[in-house]
Amino acid sequence: MSFVEYGEYIQEGDISIVFLGHESMFPIKVQHGAQTQTRYGVIRHSTDLIGKKYGSKVTCSKGGWVYILHPTPELWTVNLPHRTQILYSTDISMILMMLELKPGSIVCESGTGSGSLSHSIIRTIAPTGHLYTVEFHQQRAEKATEEFIAHRVAHLVTVKNQDVCKDGFGVVGVADAVFLDIPSPWEAIVHAKAAIKQGGGRLCSFSPCIEQVQRTCLALSECGFEEISTMEVLLRVYDVRTVSLPVPDLGSEPPGSQQATVTYKSAVTPKEMAGHTGYLTFATKSLL
Amino acid sequence: MEQEKVVNNSQPVIKELDYVVLKREDIYKAVQIQPKRKIIFEKQWLFLDNAVGQPYGTTFDVIAGGVLQAQKPRPAGSLQESKEAGVDNRNIVDDGRSQKLTRDDIETLKEQGLKGQDIVQQLIDNSTTFRDKTEFAQEKYIKKKKKKYENIVTIVKPSGRVLAQMYHGREPGKICHLRYDTLGQMLTLGNIHAGNKVIVFETCAGLVLGAVMERLGGYGSVIQMCPGGGPVRAATDSFGFPEHFYEMLHEFPLSKVNSLLDGSLVYSVEEKSEAEQTNTLEDCMQTKEEIPDQCDLVNERNDQDEELMETSSREEQGKQNKGSSNIQDIKVQDKRVKQEEKQRKEKIAAALLREKNADGLVIASRFQPSPVVLSLLKFVAPSRPFVIYSQHKEPLIECYTKLRERGGVISLRLSETWLRQYQVLPNRTHPKLLMSGGGGYILSGITVEMDAEKPSETEKTGEPAGKRLKIQHAQD
Repeated sequence: MSFVEYGEYIQEGDISIVFLGHESMFPIKVQHGAQTQTRYGVIRHSTDLIGKKYGSKVTCSKGGWVYILHPTPELWTVNLPHRTQILYSTDISMILMMLELKPGSIVCESGTGSGSLSHSIIRTIAPTGHLYTVEFHQQRAEKATEEFIAHRVAHLVTVKNQDVCKDGFGVVGVADAVFLDIPSPWEAIVHAKAAIKQGGGRLCSFSPCIEQVQRTCLALSECGFEEISTMEVLLRVYDVRTVSLPVPDLGSEPPGSQQATVTYKSAVTPKEMAGHTGYLTFATKSLL
Repeated sequence: MEQEKVVNNSQPVIKELDYVVLKREDIYKAVQIQPKRKIIFEKQWLFLDNAVGQPYGTTFDVIAGGVLQAQKPRPAGSLQESKEAGVDNRNIVDDGRSQKLTRDDIETLKEQGLKGQDIVQQLIDNSTTFRDKTEFAQEKYIKKKKKKYENIVTIVKPSGRVLAQMYHGREPGKICHLRYDTLGQMLTLGNIHAGNKVIVFETCAGLVLGAVMERLGGYGSVIQMCPGGGPVRAATDSFGFPEHFYEMLHEFPLSKVNSLLDGSLVYSVEEKSEAEQTNTLEDCMQTKEEIPDQCDLVNERNDQDEELMETSSREEQGKQNKGSSNIQDIKVQDKRVKQEEKQRKEKIAAALLREKNADGLVIASRFQPSPVVLSLLKFVAPSRPFVIYSQHKEPLIECYTKLRERGGVISLRLSETWLRQYQVLPNRTHPKLLMSGGGGYILSGITVEMDAEKPSETEKTGEPAGKRLKIQHAQD
């Protein structure tokens, strides 16, 4: 396995997702001799995992069972150890689409943060693209590097520990796309422009506050970026439920002839939902 | 000269017969560059001949006769900014006489071949109220006039983003009202990436197929399931993919899925040799011999056919029948060749499906999704994501219920995304006044091993996996 290539069988060294139920899963590193405790009992890697197919049901020592899933950037996003706030798949999918990422794309990103978006970018641009990601926090940069190695995608990514607002991305005139998720993106627009190819490319900046967006948009138009557009994507998840409504007794029908309840399937919205993550500002670096 | 060379090396250049997208403001139109071909775009005729040789992303002025002229870089804010501006509109009266230029004057200016930009400047100079307008109102005025008189068109390279936005804006009915953010969700939830073997069933003019192919980048394979006559790929062609992308693309008629699944897929007498050959291929796979890759398979076909002729008498009969009826008619012969080619392709697709190890399933159609999903999921390997799009929520509710009953899937999620656009301008930032009412719904999930396949591990049977999972949790 790797995050950029499906494998059929679970192997030593793989990162796998243990799926206990909805909203209840965690990643493990598969190792000979290792054991993982779950609420259903212990999983012994050598006998229970290695050599089994991904998607298998694995019975734990207490008789309960779990599914072992192949890692994907989307599963990683909901399971990764947070070192910062992260981007979730709804925003990520919009970013990948609007930045026109595909195999072979060269992308610059800052900051690396917890690497949630990085994994999705790497998956999308593999096997011929490359990600240059910049993180000014040394410990986070190191941790991200370790993860990329463990996930067997290190050949597709370069992590730089520097300040993108001061020192840029460390590459010039190579990027098809630039992504910014930093507190003051307007200070990095000049570097973003320099990083993008001469023939043009796309830019995205993610900011939670509208004041940040305004300063960014101003900086973008001053730098000659075009097609500047700001948007927000919200995810609505529905619960599929069977709903029963009692039929009121109006007194007109003879007793017993009427159905007492009407039942139907409905998609119910959750009581609460994420109302805001951040504004996504996209722009194109034009030729002129 | 030197500089031009550099430009040519680093930037993709528009070539004849390229599929391109014309862009003006937020309006797109996909066309193919053909010599001397008249194109209508935004109520205007134009010829794209002059675009050839220019880099992608170039903005052109449309001059007399619909001829394009590449814009030269010009200093920012080229329109004369009048520094004067009013504070409010208390003294601005709408008497219909603020513009001193008449309609005829403007027409004359146009006929003189004046550029749109200059006409706008003339309009500003001849407006008596312009200077009294607030700074914001002035900007708005200029923007409006620019839109009307500046005949510019930018030629961009097609991409999933551009084409999805174009279809959503122009012909949403053709793509089942699939909004571009929803398409983006599908590609991500489906973990579509290079090397995948993806099954796609869509009736979105080939847009979803194209978007999937773009993300595969020529690595892996796509099996398109086709309803009725054959695949629709109008939007797919607009992507302008290189030839080798199409070598990864296979098609299989949806109407043969059931017979493929129950193993009764039999080809007519005419094509029996082909059917036999597929069986041979299957045998190869079952005996775990080294599977020849597809290209070899195609090359070996003829040899194998000969072999089969010798070994199978039924086969010979078939060939003879075919021969006697078609011997003189060249047209029929041609048709037969085409049909055989189609059959050959179909067989490759069938073989790929029979492996039942697809890495994903993407459905976006105007058909009822649940029967399609229940059948096609059988071709997907465990621990792989699948996504189903529908314009309406109700069919996906049904689908959700049926999948729960079937089992073999986890993480089922019915979702929708909302997209809100913003106007961001100094002191005038707010959400756009108009937003899209809906972009459709997605049901997504992950396949897992079916219980039936591993009876030894299941103590309790007959209950859907999802339900049992819930019970387990309750017990915990």
